[in-house]
Amino acid sequence: MVQFETVIGLEVHAQLKTNTKIFCGCSTQFGKEPNENVCEVCSGMPGVLPVLNEKVMEYAAKMGLATNCIINKKSIFARKNYFYPDLPKGYQISQFELPICEHGHLNISYEDKSGEPCKKRIGVTRIHMEEDAGKNIHSVAENASFVDLNRTGVPLIEIVSEPDMRNAEEAVAYLKSLRSILLYLDICDGNLEEGSFRCDVNISVRPFGQEEFGTRAELKNINSFRNVHKAIHYEVARQIDLIEDGEKIIQETRLYDADKGTTHSMRGKADAHDYRYFPDPDLVPLVIADEWLAEWQAAQPELPAERKVRFEEDFKISEDDADFLTAEKDIADYYEAVLDSYNEPKKVANWIKGDFMKELNQSEVGLSECKFKPEMMATLVEMVDKDVISNKIGKDIFNEIFTAGLDPAKFVKDKGLEQNSDSSSLEAAVDKVLADNPNEVEAYKGGKKKLVSFFMGQVMKETKGQANPGIVSKMIQQKLS
Amino acid sequence: MSSLIEKSLTEIHSLLIAGEVTAVEAVKACLDQIEKTEPEIKALLAKDGENALKLAAEMDKLGPDASKPLWGVPVVIKDVLATKGITTTCGSKILENFVPFYDATSVAKLKEAGAIIIAKANMDEFAMGSTTENSAYQTTCNPHDLSRVPGGSSGGSGATIAAGQCFAALGTDTGGSIRLPASFCGCVGVKPTYGRVSRYGMIAYGSSLDQIGPMTRTVEDSARVLNVIAGHDKRDSTSVDCEVPNYIEALAERTDLSGLTIGLPEEYWGEGLSEEVSEACKNAIKKAEELGAKTVPVKLSMTEYAIATYYIIAMAEASSNLSRFDGIRYGHRSKDADELIDLYTKSRTEGFGDEVQRRIIIGTYVLSAGYYDAYYCKAAQIRRLMRNDFEKAFESCDLIAGPACPTTAFPVGELTADPLQMYLMDIFTISLNLVGMPGMSLPVGIGKDTNMPVGLQLMAPAFGETTMLQAANVLEKSLPDFSKPQQI
Ligand SMILES: [Zn+2]
Repeated sequence: MVQFETVIGLEVHAQLKTNTKIFCGCSTQFGKEPNENVCEVCSGMPGVLPVLNEKVMEYAAKMGLATNCIINKKSIFARKNYFYPDLPKGYQISQFELPICEHGHLNISYEDKSGEPCKKRIGVTRIHMEEDAGKNIHSVAENASFVDLNRTGVPLIEIVSEPDMRNAEEAVAYLKSLRSILLYLDICDGNLEEGSFRCDVNISVRPFGQEEFGTRAELKNINSFRNVHKAIHYEVARQIDLIEDGEKIIQETRLYDADKGTTHSMRGKADAHDYRYFPDPDLVPLVIADEWLAEWQAAQPELPAERKVRFEEDFKISEDDADFLTAEKDIADYYEAVLDSYNEPKKVANWIKGDFMKELNQSEVGLSECKFKPEMMATLVEMVDKDVISNKIGKDIFNEIFTAGLDPAKFVKDKGLEQNSDSSSLEAAVDKVLADNPNEVEAYKGGKKKLVSFFMGQVMKETKGQANPGIVSKMIQQKLS
Repeated sequence: MSSLIEKSLTEIHSLLIAGEVTAVEAVKACLDQIEKTEPEIKALLAKDGENALKLAAEMDKLGPDASKPLWGVPVVIKDVLATKGITTTCGSKILENFVPFYDATSVAKLKEAGAIIIAKANMDEFAMGSTTENSAYQTTCNPHDLSRVPGGSSGGSGATIAAGQCFAALGTDTGGSIRLPASFCGCVGVKPTYGRVSRYGMIAYGSSLDQIGPMTRTVEDSARVLNVIAGHDKRDSTSVDCEVPNYIEALAERTDLSGLTIGLPEEYWGEGLSEEVSEACKNAIKKAEELGAKTVPVKLSMTEYAIATYYIIAMAEASSNLSRFDGIRYGHRSKDADELIDLYTKSRTEGFGDEVQRRIIIGTYVLSAGYYDAYYCKAAQIRRLMRNDFEKAFESCDLIAGPACPTTAFPVGELTADPLQMYLMDIFTISLNLVGMPGMSLPVGIGKDTNMPVGLQLMAPAFGETTMLQAANVLEKSLPDFSKPQQI
C-alpha cells in the first residue's frame, strides 16, 4: 500500500492595526454602522486616487524583519482586476511583482502526534501589502443584497509561506508563531473569529519519495486553529481516498464547513479568474530609505524567540515553560509583572500555567480586562510559598479572588484562612483523629505506613484545611512510632 | 457680439480687478454668448449659469480681490473633471445623472483663485476619441466651420474658447486631447509635464498618460491658468513635489528667441503631413528663425512605434480604470438584470458607447494571462526607449517643434467608420504622453486649402514649461491674431 505525504503551504491575511485605511483617511474602527467609515476614495467614486498610508509600509516591513525577510528597497503596487460588489473599483490594490518583503523564514517548535518535541524552519516566500474588500450582506427577508464598505481599504498584509509543512501540527505551530509575532509587534490583533487573522491552507498529497507536488486544493473559511487542524485532516483523507479510487484531484478552492467538519468545492469560481495584474499607475514605486529601515530595525521590540531564550537564561525555567509563557505577549508581560513583585520564577510559572490559565480561558475575557492584577498573583504565590496559607487553600480560593479581582492577603485574613502552625491546637486535632480511628492506628502499627495520608486528610478535615501539613505529618509519625 | 467676450482672459481680469467690469457683467456676457452660439456649436453639457450669476453677485458685493489671479473670470471645465454639485458625465451615458460631492483638485484651485464655473464642456466619452463624435450626448461643431469637427477629446473645451463662451477652459490630454482640439479650433492648449498638475478628480482614462491643462485664446492666458492649477497635491501620489515657477512673470523675461535652439524631428515633417499644415508650420518656424531661434534637425526614431505603444498602454489602463462603472454604487444600472453577472454585463453594455467598449476589450486582452508579456511588457519597454530618444534629442536643443496634427479639422463623420485612421490623428501628440514631457499647440495660421486653423506643436523637456511658454508667447505676437473669438 502506498504511503502518502502531505504538503502544506499557508497564506495568512493579517489586518493591520492602523488608525486609518491604507489609501484614504477613513477610520478603520470596527463595529460602526454600515458605510459609516467611507469616503469618495474607498468607495471608488470617479476620478479619485489612492495615497499610501505610510504606517502600512512600516508595519509590513516590521513583519518582514521579524520573519527574517529581505526588505525590498523598491516595491510596487499592482492592480488585481475582478468584479465583485464588495470591491468598489473593480480591482484590488495589492502587490504582485516586487512585494515589500521576500525570502524569509520562521523557526517553529511543536509537539508531534506522539507528543515528541520537534523543531523546524519554515520558509516565508513573501509578505505584501494590500487593501481589504467590503462585505456583501444578503437579506432573505427583503430579497435584496447590500454592500457595506466599512472594511474596504482596511490594510492587510498577506504572508505567504513555502510549501514546507508536512502535517497539521506543523501548520498550526507556524500559524501560532506568526500570530504571536504580529501581537508582539502590536500591528494586528490576531483575532481569527473576527477575521483580523485569516488563513488559507494550500494542501496536496503525494506518494512518499515523489519529488513533484500533487495537485493542490486551497482551503478557505477556517476561523480557528482547531479547525485548521480538522480541515487539514479531512482534506488529506479526501485527497488520498480520491487517488486510491483512481480519481484525479482538481485544483480548486474549497470552503471549510465548521459544523460538518468537511470541505466543499467553490466550483472553480475563484480559479476561473484571470486577475490581469499590472503595476498600478496611480501609485509611484515605493522606495524605502535606508534611514527608515534602520529606524524600524532599531525600534523592533523583543520577539517571542528572543524572549524565550531570555526567560530560560534569566529565570532558569525549563524550555517548555519558557515556550508556554512567551507564546502570547500579554501572558509573558503578566508573568514578568508578577516577578517584579515576587521573584520566584519557577513557582510563579507553575501558578500561571495551572490555575491562572484555567481561569483565564474560562472567563472568556482578554488578559487586558482581567481584574486579577499581577501584584495580587504575586501576593498569593508568596503566601503559599511562605506557608501563610496552604497550597490547597490557595487553589480553593483562586476562582473567587480571580473573578472578582480581590487582594488575596485581605481575603485570607477576612475569612480566617491562614494556615495553622500552632502545635498545641494541632496536637489536639491529631489526638482526636487517632482516638477516633483505632482500627487504622492498629493497621498502621502493623506496617501499613501508607495510612499516614489518611490521618493527614482527617486532620485537614478537622482543621478546615488550615493545618500546616508539614507539622501535622511529623506529629502523626511521632505519635505512632 | 458683446465686446467683453472679445477680451482675453488677461484683459478681462485686469478690468475686473480695476472694477471696470463686474463679475456679474463678465458672467452675463458669457451666458449671452452661450445662448447665442450654443445651439449650433454644442460645446457644453451641464450649464450652471444661475449659480454662476449668484456667485458673481456675491463676489461683486465683496469687491474685487487683486490677490486672486482669476477673480471673477468665467471658465468652463471639461466634463471629465469632477465638479462638486454639478453633473459630471465624462460624456457617457453610464454617468448620466452623476453629481459628485467633491471637486477635482484643479477645479478647487480654479475656484480658490476666484474663477467662476459656468458650464461643463462636451467631450468624447471617457476622453476616448479625437472629434467629440464619441460623446454619448452630442457632437460639438467647430466654430471656424460648423460642418467640421472641433478635434477631441477636449473638443468642447476647444470650441467653447473659439466661440467666445468663456475666457479659459480646462482640458485633459492623454494622447493629444488638448493639443489636437487646440490645433483644430485655433486656440492655445497646453499639456503640462506628467505630474505637474494633480489628476485628483479627473476620471481616469490612461492614468500614466493623463494630464490636465489650460485651453485659452492667448499664451499669456494659458500661463495664468497653469500658474493656478500647477503644483503638488497630497491626494495625487504621481503629482511631483517640486517648485512651480511663476509662468506669467517668466513671459516678460523674453522678448525674442535669441539663444534658443529648436529641434525639428524629421519624423514629424515628412510623409503623411498635409501640405497646408506643413506650409503654415514651416512659415512659423521661419518666423522663429527671424526672431533669433536656431533650428537643428533631431531624430525621434521611435516615433513609428508610438501609436501601437500608446494604444496598448492606454487601453490596458482604461480597461481597469473603467471597471468601477459597474452599476452597483452609482451611474447607470440596467433595469432588467436578474443576477449579478447579468447586472454587470447589461449595465455596462447599455452604459458604454462602442469606442469605449472596443478599448475595454482590447485593454482586457493585452493584460490577459499569456499576452501580458507580449503586449503590455513590450509596450512598457518601448516607452522607456522613447524617453531615451527624447532625452537624447533634447541634448541638442531647448525645444522641439512640429505640427500638432497631420491635417486641419476634417468634416464631421469623415473618419467615424475608420478607427485606425482616426488613431493616426494622434501620431504627433501621443509620444509626449508616453514620455511624460510637456507640449502645447499654438495657432500659427490658416490652412490654404480648408481655411481652417493650423497648430504648431512645441515640446519641452520635463518641467520645461517656462521656456516653451516664453517661446510661444514671442512667436504668437508675430503671427496672425487668434485672440478674438470666431464669429459664428
Ligand atoms: Zn475612505
